[in-house]
Amino acid sequence: MFAGGGFGTSMEALIFYVLAAITVASAFFVVFLRRPIHNVLFMIIVMIGLAGLFILLQAEFVAMVQLVVYAGAVMVLFLFVIMLLNLDQVRLPIDPRAVRSWVGVALAVAVAVVLVPILKAFVPSGTTAAGKALEMSNTQIIAKELFTTYLLPFEIASVLLLAAIIGTVILARKT
Amino acid sequence: MITIQHYLFLSAILFSLGVIGVMFRRNLIIILMSLELMLNAVNLTFIAFSRYLGSAEGQIFVLFIMVVAAAEVAVGLAVAVAVFRLRGTVDVNDINLMKW
Repeated sequence: MFAGGGFGTSMEALIFYVLAAITVASAFFVVFLRRPIHNVLFMIIVMIGLAGLFILLQAEFVAMVQLVVYAGAVMVLFLFVIMLLNLDQVRLPIDPRAVRSWVGVALAVAVAVVLVPILKAFVPSGTTAAGKALEMSNTQIIAKELFTTYLLPFEIASVLLLAAIIGTVILARKT
Repeated sequence: MITIQHYLFLSAILFSLGVIGVMFRRNLIIILMSLELMLNAVNLTFIAFSRYLGSAEGQIFVLFIMVVAAAEVAVGLAVAVAVFRLRGTVDVNDINLMKW
């Protein structure tokens, strides 16, 4: 489905900036709020914003999987654990006396500073979106690749999920 | 006009915020959540590249990253529950039995 037809690139830019602002603001709140429940709820907003960005990038199937798996299962798991262990106490989020915190801030700033010129210098063969209309839907393209070329990693992922399930049940058992 | 640099820049910001979350916070659950934020930033990078290079492999890899991230969150939270039952806290400053 060609997103450019009938939209115009200014609409795409507007949607991108709105979604990016929502995602970055929510990610900021995820890191810096004091109650764990608030962090989880803002993380859900980050997931929804990212799903919107995936749809803008014409990856609708991945966006729906992101909503169902990440926002629908992983974040709900976080909520369950926070409520099970009654961790919803308000605490100071950062530990200003620990050296670890400021090393972390320096590291994050260094990561961002190093990444910016690298990303600016990256000019692939086409910096604007490929303008061709896709002949198959995103789901069909992914299914065609996943079940022919990437069949072995798909089966290994199933075994990985089985191992994770068994490990989780054993680790979280009441002894 | 939205180029790939916009998406890569956004992904770098999200990744740096995740790194800050992992290093700053004391609550083990929030550290795991910041780890998820980093993984999602990488997902965004993969999807952006998949779009701008016209290949479906980035999206396949994102599906596998989601599988691994879900498995890792499940096991990590199970470990956090076990640690809480043993030590009574999820504050990483107090879970320091292996510290020299």
